[in-house]
Amino acid sequence: MLEIKNLHVKLEEEDKQILKGVDLTVEAGKVHAIMGPNGSGKSTLSYVLSGRDGYEVTDGSATLLGEDLLDMEVEDRAAAGLFLAFQYPVEIPGVGNMTFLRTAVNAQRKARGEEEMSSAEFLKVIRARAKDLKIDAEMLKRPVNVGFSGGEKKRNEILQMAMLEPKMCILDETDSGLDVDAMKLVADGVNALRDEGRGFLVITHYQRLLDHIKPDVVHIMANGRIIKTGGPELALEVEQNGYADILEEVA
Amino acid sequence: MALPQAKQDATEARITALSLPEGGWADPARRDALARVRAMGLPNARDEYWKFTRPDTLVAAEAPAAATMDSGEAPLFDSRDRLKLVFVDGVFSPEESDDLSLEGVTIDRLAEAKDIHWAKDLYGVLEARAQSPVARPLAALNTAFASDGLLIHVTGKPSKPISLIYRHVSDRSDAILHHVVKVDPGAEATILENGPAAARFNKCMEVDVAEGACLHHIRAQGRDHERRAATHIFARLEKESVFKSFTLTVNGAMTRNEVVVEFTGDDAVAHVAGACMGDGDFHHDDTVFVTHDAVNCESRQVFKKVLRNGATGVFQGKILVKPDAQKTDGYQISQSLLLDGDSQFLAKPELEIYADDVACSHGSTSGAIDEDGLFYLRARGVPRGTAEDLLTIAFIAEAVQEVEDESLQEDLVERVAGWLARRRD
Repeated sequence: MLEIKNLHVKLEEEDKQILKGVDLTVEAGKVHAIMGPNGSGKSTLSYVLSGRDGYEVTDGSATLLGEDLLDMEVEDRAAAGLFLAFQYPVEIPGVGNMTFLRTAVNAQRKARGEEEMSSAEFLKVIRARAKDLKIDAEMLKRPVNVGFSGGEKKRNEILQMAMLEPKMCILDETDSGLDVDAMKLVADGVNALRDEGRGFLVITHYQRLLDHIKPDVVHIMANGRIIKTGGPELALEVEQNGYADILEEVA
Repeated sequence: MALPQAKQDATEARITALSLPEGGWADPARRDALARVRAMGLPNARDEYWKFTRPDTLVAAEAPAAATMDSGEAPLFDSRDRLKLVFVDGVFSPEESDDLSLEGVTIDRLAEAKDIHWAKDLYGVLEARAQSPVARPLAALNTAFASDGLLIHVTGKPSKPISLIYRHVSDRSDAILHHVVKVDPGAEATILENGPAAARFNKCMEVDVAEGACLHHIRAQGRDHERRAATHIFARLEKESVFKSFTLTVNGAMTRNEVVVEFTGDDAVAHVAGACMGDGDFHHDDTVFVTHDAVNCESRQVFKKVLRNGATGVFQGKILVKPDAQKTDGYQISQSLLLDGDSQFLAKPELEIYADDVACSHGSTSGAIDEDGLFYLRARGVPRGTAEDLLTIAFIAEAVQEVEDESLQEDLVERVAGWLARRRD
């Protein structure tokens, strides 16, 4: 599904190398988690994959279903099936949540040469998906993320994911700013989307999100590289001992 | 004080090119207005009030030519039930208009109104009141020389909007129109205006809103590129009255829209808003002056400008609160979205307050499109162009929302969305 090879990335504006050779393969149907201390490059990886400005790839590659991601426009990556759940979802005053989502769904369909969704069909689907995430009609009408609480913003990300039905989902610290109940709601939303044909990359600081979204593979990232890969037990090890032991071990 | 010779000459040259309509009830008002024009002189680039906008093409004896434009789209408000009143190059066209009869309103043509007429108490009167503290000579010129216009007396609550539709047919048309609107106590109406009016257009609208009355005014200017227009609205608000005016402007080489509001009765509300979108050789100026001379009145000014390719936007807005106008609530915001580095927005917000128990605020900003918002939309698969359009519509939304009727808001937004989308094709 997602194949990253020897990815080197630096900041565009300054001479600072952030990723120093990341290798990672996420298979369809699998959930991979990336954990790591602050500044290890986790979020940069998610931004580079989704195409945010400000980064320069100096070496390596990233493909989605064999297509070169790094060569595509941001919107084309989305249409190809990549989805990033933002750590800090952006507020867009003046654009209704519903308008935004319908525009996005139909833009992706159009880009893929599929038929656009009719208003009636869209309404039916979004109402059902919103209900599962406890998102009420009022929230759908409001401008995108404006005045939403932290939990509402993250639920809104998952709603977008559910509507866009991407092939590869990257969740960037989706647990940050969530209380236990909100985290469970978000995790349930993600679990409902787990599917044979869909891959997940869950980026997190803490193990607790992984109690709810059970990963198949856990990677530890530090200083721009993946330094250790293992099963779910690796997350528990981090929870108990912190990153220090692992960092020492590989040093 | 004598006017500088150059100004005097330019003023006389313009006056000479026009002929004073004669033989009606408006004669005294026209003669007074002509005297005002001569005393003030027409504006030139040295006038402080015209610091950001060059008045020369608006003042010139002969109007610069402006090509007509077939936009290829259905005129705005076309699908709506309304009383249609059509002007072609500034001349009322009875053939293209509906019958001038609608319950709750009487309408006469300025050119045909009988000698004993209610409009006698308003024609040129509100314009004259507004000549101080700032001179507005183009409005006085209008009062003197207006050749046509409508006198609209709202006595009840007409069932549909009164819709003024302008059509520009001749490349060299130079139209001067003057409308007077009187809204009786407790009455309520909506006036719509749209369409390119003439190569050069000088328009005045005097509005008197009586106690407890309400007038909604929604106007669309454009999409003719070469238009030059100077428009004035003079609104007087009596006790507990409401006046809401919104203008959408697209294209136009030179547009100066002045709105002058005066509160004379307590507890009244006036909202003046506008959104404009300009590209390249586009100059748009919103000049607003609100005078609070009564207690507990609310005024709002909300102006948004989307500019690119060297377009220029101007905002001069003032709130004057007189000593007895306690409990005034005044608000003013003017913002521009600069889509590239070539465009400019010039703003002069002013507050002048002589009462001590008031709440007045103002703000003015210029900015580029929000990169974070753009990335977020694109990351969801919305192509860059569409994403920029969405953010542009979002930017003007605060101004459009000043229109009370939501279906009219939708008409306006849909029209803007269509323009933006076609610009990309």
